[in-house]
Amino acid sequence: MIQPAKPADLVTVNIDGKDIAVPKGTNVIEAARLINVDIPHYCYHPKLTIVGNCRMCLIEMGMPAVDPATKAPIMDPATGKQKINWIPRPQIGCGTNVSSGLHIRTQSPMVKDCREGVMEFLLINHPLDCPICDQAGECKLQEQSTGYGRGYSRFVEQKNVKPKRTQLGPRVTLDDERCILCSRCIRFSKEIAKDDVLGFIDRGSYSTLTCYPGKTLANNYSLNTVDICPVGALTSTDFRFKMRVWFLKQTNSIDTESSVGANTVVWSREGAIYRITPRRNDDVNDTWMADSGRELFKSVKSADRLTAVKVNSADSALDIAINAATQLFKEGGAAVVGSGRSSVEEQFLTKKLADALKASVSLVSRVGEGDKLLVSADRNPNVRGALVTGLIKSLPSQKLTDLAAAIDAGKIKAVVSVGEDLAAAGLSAAQLAKISIVYLGTHANATSVAAKVVIPTQSVFEKNGTLVNQQFRIQKFARAVPAPAGATDDTVVLAKLAGVAATDIASVWKLIAAEVPALTTMSYANIPETGLLLDATPFAALPFVEGETLHYKPTAPVAATA
Amino acid sequence: MADLEQRRIIFKHIDEPGYSNDIACYVRNGGYEVLKKSVLRKPDELIDEVKKSGLRGRGGAGFPCGVKWGLVDRKSGKPIYLIVNADESEPGTFKDRYIMHQDPHQLIEGTMISCFANNVKQAYIYIRGEMPHGARILEKALAEARAAGFVGKNICGTTYSCDIFVHRGAGAYICGEETGLIESLEGKRANPRIKPPYFPAVLGLYQCPTIVNNVETLCHVKYIAEFGGIEYAKIGTPNNTGTRIFCVSGHVQRPGYYEFEAGKITMGQLLNDVCGGPLPGRKFKAVIPGGSSAKILRFGERYKGKRKVGADMVDYDWGVEDVPMDFDSLGMVGTMGGSGGVIVMDDTVNMVEALANINAFYSHESCGQCTPCREGSLWMKKITTRMVHGNARSEDAALLKSVADQIPGRTICAFGEACSWPTQSFIAKFGDEFKNYPESKKAVKPAEAQTLI
Repeated sequence: MIQPAKPADLVTVNIDGKDIAVPKGTNVIEAARLINVDIPHYCYHPKLTIVGNCRMCLIEMGMPAVDPATKAPIMDPATGKQKINWIPRPQIGCGTNVSSGLHIRTQSPMVKDCREGVMEFLLINHPLDCPICDQAGECKLQEQSTGYGRGYSRFVEQKNVKPKRTQLGPRVTLDDERCILCSRCIRFSKEIAKDDVLGFIDRGSYSTLTCYPGKTLANNYSLNTVDICPVGALTSTDFRFKMRVWFLKQTNSIDTESSVGANTVVWSREGAIYRITPRRNDDVNDTWMADSGRELFKSVKSADRLTAVKVNSADSALDIAINAATQLFKEGGAAVVGSGRSSVEEQFLTKKLADALKASVSLVSRVGEGDKLLVSADRNPNVRGALVTGLIKSLPSQKLTDLAAAIDAGKIKAVVSVGEDLAAAGLSAAQLAKISIVYLGTHANATSVAAKVVIPTQSVFEKNGTLVNQQFRIQKFARAVPAPAGATDDTVVLAKLAGVAATDIASVWKLIAAEVPALTTMSYANIPETGLLLDATPFAALPFVEGETLHYKPTAPVAATA
Repeated sequence: MADLEQRRIIFKHIDEPGYSNDIACYVRNGGYEVLKKSVLRKPDELIDEVKKSGLRGRGGAGFPCGVKWGLVDRKSGKPIYLIVNADESEPGTFKDRYIMHQDPHQLIEGTMISCFANNVKQAYIYIRGEMPHGARILEKALAEARAAGFVGKNICGTTYSCDIFVHRGAGAYICGEETGLIESLEGKRANPRIKPPYFPAVLGLYQCPTIVNNVETLCHVKYIAEFGGIEYAKIGTPNNTGTRIFCVSGHVQRPGYYEFEAGKITMGQLLNDVCGGPLPGRKFKAVIPGGSSAKILRFGERYKGKRKVGADMVDYDWGVEDVPMDFDSLGMVGTMGGSGGVIVMDDTVNMVEALANINAFYSHESCGQCTPCREGSLWMKKITTRMVHGNARSEDAALLKSVADQIPGRTICAFGEACSWPTQSFIAKFGDEFKNYPESKKAVKPAEAQTLI
């Protein structure tokens, strides 16, 4: 994405006869993209350094002719316009930055000939095993060969033989014969993951991608190499041979493993998720995500998933369970344990519930080590959502010590837990036994076992919602697959418990817009796919735990004025 | 023939009886006197002399040396490096090796003068990996020169200091490409860099401005510093100044290295008079004039056109024998002076087999970085190999040409041209031989043919 620039930084270039103003320093591929002219390429990647080795983006380039002595423009009498001096050799689009007056031809016979030549060369030693290749359907080689391929082969020699199934690391399998030696994976490992383990051995057409001796591609970003591989050379060991990509439905989602909130796409078919890949957001995660975030969908179908509403350990129905919970609350002394993993909508309704019960609210923090890239120290994806909705005023702690003390003192008789395992959060079995628990959650744990009322809810892949990441950017996720029978949307459950008339996400957002000052102009529908930045200044005094990550720099907490 | 006298400037002492490669012998023959005088001059003055001399690089491209020095970014505040390209790898070329083996101090003196002229504090001699003996000689010569105060700190008693290090190459042809060489010197795989932005004069070694010059070029610099640019320009012909060393190999009576004034000798004179003509009972068939990547010339061809002589345009009508041996004339007949490696083939040579040999070399030496050269060079090799192994098809000639046409001008470095020009020119000039090859392969061996094993 190109940032809006000041007019002074814009230069006018001419691409296929069309004048366009683009920021200075933009390369030709990106400039052409602005007017929907596609310049095919393999090795170029907008977030990696430029090496210009695939030669697919060759274009014809020229500059307006000027008299070398007087600098006066030389006019072409035939057209009445300034003559263009076309460079006889084709130039690479990726390595050519635009300058004022630059003329580009992307459709001339010379350019077409170059592309066809490169295409043929790339295919002669390529196995052409598309029918069994995982990349088929999202393969750049396949796409470009429809435009620039010959349709038959002039190559009658033996193809090169290379290793077919190298395990580069725990998650990546390499088929060297498919590799077109674009070096994207090498540059990614070196420049982004800062784990320089890949390289080529041998030379010429026998060049082979491999790991350095004794090393493996094991870093938590290894699967990005699979994403950026333009062909089917690097494949995900997990996804390999599982599903043809054209059968998969794509749903935009958010990585919930930390407060970075990497934008993702969930790929599913017939209610089953097959893989998660990053979605480009230049302000959050560029085009990357961590491997750990791609495995989150595996818990959706795990054996300990809660699917039955239970009241006093007996199977029940949702409305009965809601009534049972309401009865428990009537005895007074209720407390609410909200969650930094709930969506903004759920946190809003959690607050409504707490207000209705006049209950105290606690949150459980999860702090790990940040990796300075796309996994931050705060492993709750939405602590800032709880701040924005007013569910909490200060940052959560790791243990529920205040709640434990209140239970010991006998002040608390009933606790609603929104997906949090109270035992893991520091409550003892004795304390759990002293209280009546209403548990809303997706998976079984000590709390669900001890709970009087258990209401199964939905995972992030099964519902709509929004999260506020560490930058105070509100981002939305959407339902990719249906929830298992018996699991209800958290917002529905919370709305019923709180006695709020809201049946779907649109109606919840009407309430949010009316009641939450920071979100007044918003609705779920009008939040763009790349998110909206909220005002962070009201929370500037809070000591957030995150260190620096990609596109995020922590600011020192401002001392509270009050 | 008086005008066929060699003019030995660079090779003055090569093969001279009693001349050894130690510093005592060099100094005895007037060595390092030029350096002593040069360090007392203004650096700009020396650059100016080189510009005036019209010296063109002897590595192959023939780029004017003075212009190259003029492009160096001197305002960046970064150090300027000078690299001696001693990675002589072009098949048919063996001139730099003799300089380094027999007269290494000449190279060191030329290098030091060039370093002083360009305010270089650190120079490297990147010597081909397969020349360990040359590297040892250079190391010894550098130690001697350092001890004598010609290299290192306070050269010749002045405040100027500059050191030279020998770096042994990584054993690949592409290490001789200047940006590939720089990558290799930095300790990486010798993948040539894209230009723009990585012009060595601006972003070279360690991203600093860098001059990369051939061994022979730097030896010429010493001569220019001694006699002055204008005096030097009188040698040879205008725009092709100085002498050229021709490394003649192949089917001539006396192959070897010969130094002549550029453009003052024709191909015919070189091959017939100097090298003694074809072997007994044979006829010249073809010659590659500038290392194996240069386009081949076929004896019997005529080259016609107009050329500039002084201020006038003059018609020329040359056979191969009439072509003057200089950059421009060879360029006019569609080939190049290159590195001066003259490869001669007589009528016993089968051109398909000759091309198979050249293609095998280039496919082996392609670095594999960019697509056209990587895939094209190996494809051409596979075709010609198949042809010589008895599976030639009549359509192979057209296919070879088509493959070769898809490579030059589309690659990162000039290797694309180097690997495709042989095929293009062989097919253009000996197309009939390629077309008839399938039939000739089937022909019964003549009775008088020798059995080799």
